[in-house]
Amino acid sequence: MASTREMRLRIRSVKNLAQVTRALETVSASKVRRAIQANERTRPYAERAWRILTDLARQPGHQSMHPLLAERDEVNNILVILISSDRGLAGAYNVNIVREALLHFVDSQIPISYITVGKRGRDMLLRRRRKVVGEFSGLSANPTYLESAPIGQLAVDEFLSHRADQVYVAYTEYQNMMRQEPVIRKILPFTVPDDEYTTAAYGTPVKSKLVFTYEPGQEEILHTIIPDFTALQIYKSILSALASEHAARMVAMRNATTSAKDLVSLLQLEYNKVRQAGITNEMLDISGGAEALSQASA
Amino acid sequence: MPIHCEIVSQDRIVFQGDVDIVVVPGVEGVMGILPNHSPLLSTLQYGIITVRKQNQEEYFTVAGGVVEVTGNQVTILANAAENVDEINIQRAEDARQRAESSLKEAGAAKPEDQAALQLALKRSTLRITAVQRFRQRRTR
Repeated sequence: MASTREMRLRIRSVKNLAQVTRALETVSASKVRRAIQANERTRPYAERAWRILTDLARQPGHQSMHPLLAERDEVNNILVILISSDRGLAGAYNVNIVREALLHFVDSQIPISYITVGKRGRDMLLRRRRKVVGEFSGLSANPTYLESAPIGQLAVDEFLSHRADQVYVAYTEYQNMMRQEPVIRKILPFTVPDDEYTTAAYGTPVKSKLVFTYEPGQEEILHTIIPDFTALQIYKSILSALASEHAARMVAMRNATTSAKDLVSLLQLEYNKVRQAGITNEMLDISGGAEALSQASA
Repeated sequence: MPIHCEIVSQDRIVFQGDVDIVVVPGVEGVMGILPNHSPLLSTLQYGIITVRKQNQEEYFTVAGGVVEVTGNQVTILANAAENVDEINIQRAEDARQRAESSLKEAGAAKPEDQAALQLALKRSTLRITAVQRFRQRRTR
């Protein structure tokens, strides 16, 4: 059994650890809030852009006309934008999203290349020898749209140059503090889905009755607005993933704090036992000695 | 009758309010939008948006985008829009110098990096000229 001195040191170090993890938990909690707020701030733009976009894209003939709207008959290459974190200590957050992305395409015979956001995901993919064509790590703690815009630009370029026939984004959707879901969503070619997600994120599309003048033309306007909107979708995904990352880290840290506290009480019990055993032994020695003395003098 | 004008960029609402005239840098030339303009959808290029209300003018830089005019509502979806008064001239100068020097060095860099640098250079140049042209007007 360890000496009491060693045990005291151990208890102190575990207590210190608990303090650190508790501090990290609080920090992550505030970062979750900040990421959610940033995502909320994209709403005015997203709603208006979505309205214009759906209105234009739904006009007859556009699906076949505009390259960014056209489904390709033959899909030879798929590009996946994988959003993970730069730092660990977030429980299973990074593992989950990477596994989900790999599983989603596990049956596909089509070659898949990746653009990674975040060091963790990049490293995991490289270890599995996947093709990583671009990587964006070291985004700031509060990424701005301008920071993430090149990712969208790269995705659109890859698509237009036929190096990719479909582009997906894989990220962790933030639902609440306890729940984050890995999601894989197709972003190019651009389609106008009427599902729950888009309605929640951008509002219901309204058909405009006005007769617009288009300058220079509908095609060119689509050509400006779709890449911007794609970049915006990626930006929103990054923010949602960021909120998820911090929420996951918060939970991991909370668990760590709890187990540290459990460990402290366990160690404390053990320590008390050892200490008591020591005292009892000493008492026995003293009383034994006293007994021997009194017998000798008698 | 005033026009309701909104300038929104991806991460915030830059301007919102009733104004008398909005001047935007359309791809086919600068255009002024007055009340009761016919419905219009146009793309924008790099340039300056001016909004005027009574004799008060406000200026915004914009790095491209789209403008939608419906009745007396003008919505500008702007890339990286900023009020000229908000621009930090020192930061803009620094950004331009950084972009210029890395463009010179980056002869062999990846084409996408170079494109990003070109854009950064364009943005910072636009900011600087905007400040030079429009800040003095305000102080007159």
